[in-house]
Amino acid sequence: MTAIASRAPREVSLARARHLKRLPYYVATAAIAVVFLYPMVWTLISSFSPQPGTNQTAGWGIGNYLTLQRYQDGIVQYFLNSLLETGICVVLTLVVSLFGGYAFARFSFPGKRILFGATLAILMVPYASLLIPLYVLLNRVSLGNSLIGVALVLTMLQLPFSIFMMRNAFESIPPELDEAAEIDGCNSFTLLFRVLLPAVKPGMITVGLFAFLAAWNDFLAPLILLNDSTKATLPLAVANLRGQVQGVVDYGATEAGVVVLALPCVALFLILQRHYVRGFLSGAFKG
Amino acid sequence: MTTSTVPQAVRPMMRRRRRQKAAVGWLYAAPMTLIVVGLFVLPLLLVLQMSASNWPLFGGNQGVNFPQNFVRAVSSPRFVPAIVFTVQYTVIATVLLLLLGLGLALLVQESSRWKGFLRTAILVPSALGLASASLLFYVLYSPLVGPFAGLTNSLGIDLLGTPVSALWSTVFLIVWRFSGFYMLLMLVGLQGVPEELYEAARTDGATSWQIFRGVTLPLLRPTLALTSVLAITGSLLAFDQFYILTKGGPDNSTLTVVQLIYNSAFQGQNDLGVAGALSVIVLIALVIINAIQLKAFRAPDEE
Repeated sequence: MTAIASRAPREVSLARARHLKRLPYYVATAAIAVVFLYPMVWTLISSFSPQPGTNQTAGWGIGNYLTLQRYQDGIVQYFLNSLLETGICVVLTLVVSLFGGYAFARFSFPGKRILFGATLAILMVPYASLLIPLYVLLNRVSLGNSLIGVALVLTMLQLPFSIFMMRNAFESIPPELDEAAEIDGCNSFTLLFRVLLPAVKPGMITVGLFAFLAAWNDFLAPLILLNDSTKATLPLAVANLRGQVQGVVDYGATEAGVVVLALPCVALFLILQRHYVRGFLSGAFKG
Repeated sequence: MTTSTVPQAVRPMMRRRRRQKAAVGWLYAAPMTLIVVGLFVLPLLLVLQMSASNWPLFGGNQGVNFPQNFVRAVSSPRFVPAIVFTVQYTVIATVLLLLLGLGLALLVQESSRWKGFLRTAILVPSALGLASASLLFYVLYSPLVGPFAGLTNSLGIDLLGTPVSALWSTVFLIVWRFSGFYMLLMLVGLQGVPEELYEAARTDGATSWQIFRGVTLPLLRPTLALTSVLAITGSLLAFDQFYILTKGGPDNSTLTVVQLIYNSAFQGQNDLGVAGALSVIVLIALVIINAIQLKAFRAPDEE
């Protein structure tokens, strides 16, 4: 009894001493966390706080968000534009990379290596170099100045990553599964949707998440491809709004705009963090 | 005996099946082929044609004028300063991102609750778009409402006001936004180093610095190759952050090459031919740089 009673406090104090010794470590790492979190927290708080020169001068409230709604077509319109552009891009990316990944992992066809090489070459070509000819080409097929055109371009930019991911996802499924399903009378289509789709679902979530983040946040493609301010996406609208009022920047409205822009991304990231990290771990980026 | 006769009988059938399977494969690859050809290969060919044509933004193709666009692009007074600035920015950003990415990865490598929290905190900014992050820091750096306005004003610093401060303010934004991403890539690389190697080095009495130099770094070579290609390519093509934070200013001191392309095409000049010529120059430069890098990182492995 006495032995146990005397040992326990010593262990506690030892643990405490070990923690104390690591105090500088905790202080330093906490400081790092603050550096990364502070700008976002500060922006969130100050978008509601009173500030001179904004629509929220006295007391706390949503004045800055009301400014956003009054700006040109209103933040809701821009939010919907972004949602449409992002939605088309995510759906297209998922469908195209599901079929493409399946084709690359399970079929051999002439031109397969060239197609794969061309897809990866998208990574090597400067994005800006493509947007200027794309501006001309999309105008020719009357997809210029349209959110669909922008979504198509963004889908193309997602292809190297998503095709690579989905090919790997399909390749990690043992081919015996296909053979068994074929003996049971599955054709390649039913095999894909009934048997393989559930197995590649984690890959699809990662591909979808990356497509969402890329499309939602893209700035250069809408900037170049859209002329019409009613069609502007959120990043474009918030960036334009800064200099609108006689050259005086409304910082409060900009903060509110950043919050509207960032909130869906941060929320989605925190919910799907595991998939985000797994996207990297699953080898998509291994040399 | 039977093994030699059976394939003979089956071969035409197998060939037909194989051809059928190839056709089905093509069918599944068709949507992506359409996108790759229509939105990547065609524009790539068009930009080549553009760079050799007289092509005003609103006038369309006015015929060939082969070397003129390139001559005009190269002789522009903005051309050399833009390249110098872009390269300078690329070197700073790449060195910092790789060092911080690796440092942070080593810091949060083992799993514990605190390190998990740290990892998330460092990663959250990478969920933000570059444009959103730039807008966020535009407010943060403001001498009027920024949280450090009092401090910077009393020190007489304008965070975006001088060429040097504008460069470093942008670098800080980029480091803040991308460190987590590079940390994650480094973590993936560190995972690939077998635990036995560390144990063997430790039993041989190696210090942790020796282990890092002798075991970790050499095995991290492929990861370092990938991360440096990504960082260099990304930084050479920098646009959003400078467009939003500095608009290329003050006095065009932070004008990057991609901003120059954008300006020649859509601001004032409206000359798609010159913009195309600049695009082709950037394209060629990038392909060469990437090739050199991949070779530099691969060579020692083959010795």
